[in-house]
Amino acid sequence: MNKILATTCLLCMILCSCHKDLDDDVFPTSVTFNFNHSWDDTPVTATDFNSLKFTNAHGELLSISKLRYLISRITFEKPNGEYFTFDDYFLVDLTQENTLSLTPNNTIPPGEYSHVYFTFGFNNEDNYMNYTDLNSASWNVPEMLGGGYHFMQLEGKFIDATNTETGYAYHYIRAVDNTQSPLVFEDTFFTVDIGAVNLSKSTNFNMNMNIAEWFKNPNTWDLNQLNNMLMPNFDAQMMMYQNRQNVFSLESVNPF
Amino acid sequence: MKKWPTYLFILVIFISTACSKENEASYVPTPSPLNIPPLFESLILSPVIPANNPQTIEGIALGKKLFFDPILSIDNSLACANCHAPELAFSDSESISSGVNGTLGSRNAMPLFNLAWNYDELFFWDGKTFSLEHQVFVPVTDPLEMQNTWPVVENKLQQHAEYPELFEKAFGTSKIDSVLVGKAIAQFERSLISANSKFDKYLLGEADLTPEERNGFEVFMDENRGDCFHCHGSDKNPLWTDNIFHNNGLDENFKDLGLGAITGDPADNGKFKTPSLRNLAFTAPYMHDGRFLTLEDVINHYSEGLKNSATIDPLMKKVANGGVNLSDKDKADLKKFLLSLSDYEFVNNSSINK
Repeated sequence: MNKILATTCLLCMILCSCHKDLDDDVFPTSVTFNFNHSWDDTPVTATDFNSLKFTNAHGELLSISKLRYLISRITFEKPNGEYFTFDDYFLVDLTQENTLSLTPNNTIPPGEYSHVYFTFGFNNEDNYMNYTDLNSASWNVPEMLGGGYHFMQLEGKFIDATNTETGYAYHYIRAVDNTQSPLVFEDTFFTVDIGAVNLSKSTNFNMNMNIAEWFKNPNTWDLNQLNNMLMPNFDAQMMMYQNRQNVFSLESVNPF
Repeated sequence: MKKWPTYLFILVIFISTACSKENEASYVPTPSPLNIPPLFESLILSPVIPANNPQTIEGIALGKKLFFDPILSIDNSLACANCHAPELAFSDSESISSGVNGTLGSRNAMPLFNLAWNYDELFFWDGKTFSLEHQVFVPVTDPLEMQNTWPVVENKLQQHAEYPELFEKAFGTSKIDSVLVGKAIAQFERSLISANSKFDKYLLGEADLTPEERNGFEVFMDENRGDCFHCHGSDKNPLWTDNIFHNNGLDENFKDLGLGAITGDPADNGKFKTPSLRNLAFTAPYMHDGRFLTLEDVINHYSEGLKNSATIDPLMKKVANGGVNLSDKDKADLKKFLLSLSDYEFVNNSSINK
């Protein structure tokens, strides 16, 4: 028993020692993540909103009127396992240009990093905290669905099977089966790993979100079937999660 | 020697001017920071208070006097309070508010409370004005409202027996201009805080909801039923509005373009600011044109009355069926919940009444 306790303590000490707290240190390198957007190969900005100009994999012509999503826990991990995680979280909103460029408040030391990654949405620890800015943006998930926050809101119109312009609200949250009590959850936040980087000075990371991927792979999304009331729809949430795999890509890394 | 009186005169003028400027610059009215309600403090961002117009006791008092004084209108017949009555949560019981000589306006007067938490600072149903200070300018000169001009208003206030001294106390100068009028009324309007409804007390653990009110709240929060929370706040956003502009399916064709007339973007046609759901017990009739006289009318609209159009919000679901088709019980309970957001203490607060 004592051995188990000692081993647990040792493991805890090792784990704690690997994570560097960025709050007190000032380093010469800052990082910025710029988020660009596309529909496959076509760039998308807010000026493209409200026009029926995109066609999803299922063949529906659609527009986008809103795209907001949450990025958190930007992390730089060294080959020795030491890692630096920024506390900041960011609500990206395509209609607010200043939200497309994310610069964490703290800096990190230059050097070799074997993994750079961020979380799309909130992990479960972060998701159930109280954030006054996100509450003010009405970003919450109702308590009947477990509470927490949206991870993404993608909205617009599409031409449905009856040739009628119809709204869709592709809202992505932590999947929950609310037909059961207590609620049954499935995690849908995910980590986007953009690989290794040798950080010699302050650097821009230019990311791209291919919006078309949310409707494409592996689930060909039929907006006629799934266009609204998707938050309480456990299966729809899992399909969104499965379609995440090729949504983000790294376009370039530019020291400045 | 003959020049000495001239030098002395210049010196006296210089000193007195310097002193007067120093007095003006150094005068500080009594700070009166907003009393932020506990739920607001814990759940949402801080209110927007411009650095050049902090809340002061003297500024709020002056703003209140101006708000209730018909002196701002061209014929001294109409005050802000005529269309923004305190007992109606600073709204108007008429569908379309009237200006001087009964001139009919174009929209229903919006209620006034919690305006300091309008983070984007866009005011009016169509968001035509940025900042509360600038908002004040509009009704004074609007030909459908007070029909006045600012030079006339400034002159009337300047010649008034009390106002020059009140401006001196509020802003350190007795020279009255439109900017200071705007600042004073904005300070008063920011002091109008409503946060003591039954539902607020419920969230603070000080009151219980009835089973009907609880179900009504569930309808409000349920994406499969009311789905009101995406635009109208929630237990986590006690403003009960997102302060954003939406087309909520009132019309197929628009007589009033709303936000679209301001931005010039056809995608904004038919969009109007989401009103707060606080104080609905006092703010009938509803919508930007006051077309719905009762809450039942409003709920029926979302349940089965939606009209499709090019700019209808994607969150307006089941438009082909007219809306979300609530059951009679859910409609009745939703109304009971909505009424639990009404703040009787606010409308009976004598300190913000005339």
